Amino acid sequence: MEIFIPVLIVGSIGLLLGVGLGVASKKLHVFVDERVSRILEVLPGANCGACGFPGCSGFAKAVVEGKANPSGCVPGGSKTAHLVADIMGVTATTSEPMVAVVHCKGGKKEALERAVYNGIQDCNAAIMTGNGSKVCQDGCLGLGTCVRACPFDALHITANGVAEVDAEKCTGCGNCVKACPRKIISMVPKAHQIFLACSNHDKGAKVKKYCSVGCTACTLCVKATPSGAIKMENNLPVLDYSANENFITACYKCPSKCFTDKVKVRPVANIDTKCNGCGDCVPACPVPGAITGEKDKRHVIDKEKCIGCGICLDKCEPHAISLWGATSMHKISSRDKA
Amino acid sequence: MESITSLIGISIGAVLINNFVLSRFLGLCPFFGVSKKLSSAIGMGMAVIFVMAMASSFTWVINSYILVKFGVDYLQTIVFILVIAALVQLVEMALQKYSPALYEALGIYLPLITTNCAVLGVAIINTGVNQLTGNPYSFIESLVNGVTSGVGFMLALILMAGIREKLELANVPKAMEGLPITFITAGLMAMAFLGFAGLNFFK
Repeated sequence: MEIFIPVLIVGSIGLLLGVGLGVASKKLHVFVDERVSRILEVLPGANCGACGFPGCSGFAKAVVEGKANPSGCVPGGSKTAHLVADIMGVTATTSEPMVAVVHCKGGKKEALERAVYNGIQDCNAAIMTGNGSKVCQDGCLGLGTCVRACPFDALHITANGVAEVDAEKCTGCGNCVKACPRKIISMVPKAHQIFLACSNHDKGAKVKKYCSVGCTACTLCVKATPSGAIKMENNLPVLDYSANENFITACYKCPSKCFTDKVKVRPVANIDTKCNGCGDCVPACPVPGAITGEKDKRHVIDKEKCIGCGICLDKCEPHAISLWGATSMHKISSRDKA
Repeated sequence: MESITSLIGISIGAVLINNFVLSRFLGLCPFFGVSKKLSSAIGMGMAVIFVMAMASSFTWVINSYILVKFGVDYLQTIVFILVIAALVQLVEMALQKYSPALYEALGIYLPLITTNCAVLGVAIINTGVNQLTGNPYSFIESLVNGVTSGVGFMLALILMAGIREKLELANVPKAMEGLPITFITAGLMAMAFLGFAGLNFFK
């Protein structure tokens, strides 16, 4: 019988409090802006913090209060921006989607190690103990600090020992950029497929000794880009992504192959019957021997050699050249481009 | 009746000598969680004082007039958790309705306090014996103990927040950044507060 007293007491206290809270929640009900919960539903829910607010709920609240831009969600991209803007009854202004890229591809095969690192498997720890095991002081350490910072599983350490971004999974939140102690991850516009995969500021002769894919500051890429979208700064080319430039020639001309082209197969140029044989395209082509042909006769492009840079499209007076290829479903003719 | 010296003794004891965070090691979670900014530390401190005062008085009444009367004071822990949780919920709702400004200031910290062991701690201590008088805590003594324990918590939180704001500018080694250096700071502060044990009110 003794058990009844405690059961009764705790039970009645619980019941009393429960009923009290129930009544209070009805009596003290406060209208909460329903847009907050609706916005929260369309957000990705990763709580990555790229918007600058504490989590998705913080962002949703800030949008409703007018403190945040409806398109402020970076991982959600334009789709989420439009949904949020619809809820708020405004039109979305979307920015260009960005992806992270790792500016280093000197893995175990290419970059020389000067020591064996057996410590904590983290880039910060490796830097504290003698600034990493690589000779290159700007190379990827491959210990995965950025991988752990990525909320979307878009970063991986390759078998070769460098970090690589999966552009499909990358949402552009920028967490890895902040996490990398070497500061060799940056955001580039998603539309751009070519980027410089080297961050080394040493002089060429020095770089050659310890990395076979390191930038030797030869400036060939600058010369290959007449638009001026590449500039040398402190022994390293800086790519201007805002310029209308595809960097294909620079990538092709680089002797150390320190550019990375995310496109595996590029479309190649093709000359059709409108060719009048003027030969203007031959000197314009950056690849020696890719365009051949006699004067006043239809020229031919070697599909094996063509890199698909599209320079000849602009040079062709009768608009006889167009790009064809596996990756581009629609052909870009010189007429469209002009 | 409670003598005024007893109340002063309780206050100094709760704020300095037996500071909840730095010598009883209770309520450490919000102590580390909400001590990044001075403004939020003050907000959290105020909320804790408020809830501790409410919890002390409510649990004292329930303990004296229900639990002890029926000889079921072994149920203290579970009943107190129940009461504190419901109380915090109720306070949150009432604040949201009647004082939106205060709710905005304290609102996000209130749910955190529901499970704060310092609040449960003060409720449990109030059921024990007042070491100054040798008698059980009276209602007024419990209330004072609750409020001053909250003040002690707020003091520790504000000191910590002040130090952490300065630490932001310090050149801390990468591996020690954030919580690790904060733990060490908290340890040093606890050692410093050990000095108050010399203020021997408890004979």
